[in-house]
Amino acid sequence: MSLADAAGMLLAFIARLITGAQGHWKGCPPMAEQRIYFANHQSHLDWVLIWAALPHDLRSRTRPIAARDYWTSSRFKQWLTTEVFHAVYVSRQRTDDQDPLEPLVEALKSGDSLVIFPEGTRSSKGEPQAFKSGLYHLAQQFPEVRLVPAWIDNVQRVMPKGEVVPVPVLCTVTFGAPMALEAGEDKRSFLERTRAAVLALRPPAT
Amino acid sequence: MRDPRTFSVDQQVGLLFVGLFGVLLLATAVVTLLALRRGTPSGDARQSRLLHDLRALWVGALVFWVAWVSGPVGATLAFGVFSFLALREFITLAHTRRSDHRSLILAFFVVLPLQFVLAGSRSFDLFTVFIPVYVFLAIPVLSALAGDPERFLERNAKIQWGIMVCVFGLSHAPALLLLEFPGYEGRGAFLVFFLVMVATVAQLAQEGMSRWLRRRPVARHIDRSFSYRAWLAGALAGALVGALLFWITPFKAPQALAMGFIAAGAGTLGEFVMKALKKDAGVRFWGNQASITGAVGLLDRVAPLCFAAPVFFHSVRWYFQLGA
Repeated sequence: MSLADAAGMLLAFIARLITGAQGHWKGCPPMAEQRIYFANHQSHLDWVLIWAALPHDLRSRTRPIAARDYWTSSRFKQWLTTEVFHAVYVSRQRTDDQDPLEPLVEALKSGDSLVIFPEGTRSSKGEPQAFKSGLYHLAQQFPEVRLVPAWIDNVQRVMPKGEVVPVPVLCTVTFGAPMALEAGEDKRSFLERTRAAVLALRPPAT
Repeated sequence: MRDPRTFSVDQQVGLLFVGLFGVLLLATAVVTLLALRRGTPSGDARQSRLLHDLRALWVGALVFWVAWVSGPVGATLAFGVFSFLALREFITLAHTRRSDHRSLILAFFVVLPLQFVLAGSRSFDLFTVFIPVYVFLAIPVLSALAGDPERFLERNAKIQWGIMVCVFGLSHAPALLLLEFPGYEGRGAFLVFFLVMVATVAQLAQEGMSRWLRRRPVARHIDRSFSYRAWLAGALAGALVGALLFWITPFKAPQALAMGFIAAGAGTLGEFVMKALKKDAGVRFWGNQASITGAVGLLDRVAPLCFAAPVFFHSVRWYFQLGA
């Protein structure tokens, strides 16, 4: 076992100790097929939670998206995102000659699964913001990849914005039924439908 | 056969565990055999609930055993982990606010470890007052420093309550293991066993009696089965079992009867209080994880111990005038 594998197992263990990271597979079982998981985004820990909720053998082929300028700025950050999480890097500055989705397209072509947060940024309000169009373009180009919605619950209580030490609070990741782009569906209604699918997985308020 | 009283302490404790695991094995075998025979849906549901309870008992017995064989350090660690998981569940259901973050960090990463270190090092005087006195002040101070006056009292009460139940209460289990009686050294495991047995019997007896008596419930909106008579019957049954077990404790039979009554009564009342809390949090069973994030059912199982252990510990310590 390499150092990166050991670090990954340690991180998953810590995530489970702090948050429980319970995965509730409501709409589909965890399976080794190509998928794009898309979820609400409230905290830096969202990716780690989804990753820890996945079964161990799916983790190495399910990859997050990381901002290149931030996550390659130090050797440790680069090692963490490359070796442990196998992240797909995207650049935040948009250049004219390059499609920002290019790295994602390549990862999907090589058969990997992705986890994306279509809101683009973290939202501290309860409801997710409007989805960005990236999900639509990927769904268009890869109709055979299954789109799985997910709702991450409670994570904003673990580490609110601006805090560094996490508080142990139980979190769940609820996975819904796979979706696909329907024939003739336009961008706006697709993005609204996927956002509603994520929101529908939210556990009832107590 | 030799008289068990001539055995060394370790042999006696070993015998206790052989008996405990023997009974559990027998129960598991019987339940498994019954599962092979029955086929009705209602029977199946009961079966799976029974198996679930049995598994919890196994886990409890194993933790108890691990705590025993690994000595003071292991016992403290094992119950410390339990306490951490219980507090995590409590805080999840208590719906704290953002500005409670620092207080919660204090609770989880400072108060909890310190309390268990105090228990493990047998500093019982400080152990007793640390949370009710010092932490009682520290939590609201941190909270006030966070600068959020909204629901200040309610938020601090929740956190202090959670610490009292999950940390203070549970830390009395390893403390009991480590409590030294003159002429009774190294036999703390019997005291924990006594407490757990008495509380369990009381719980079962109370349940059975309430079904048989069919009294009007005292607090219908909290617990449909709780009535004064059923509670008294449960506590008396616990006391009786305690008196029968007096030979494994440092008590004489009447003392064991009284201590059993106190422990049993406190345990069932603690469970009653926990039911009220559950209703407040909107959870029917702690274990209903499909609908509510965070309810995994541990708190439910340790509740009687959380309340009975401190009452029992301090009654014993005060009555027998035991030093630190």
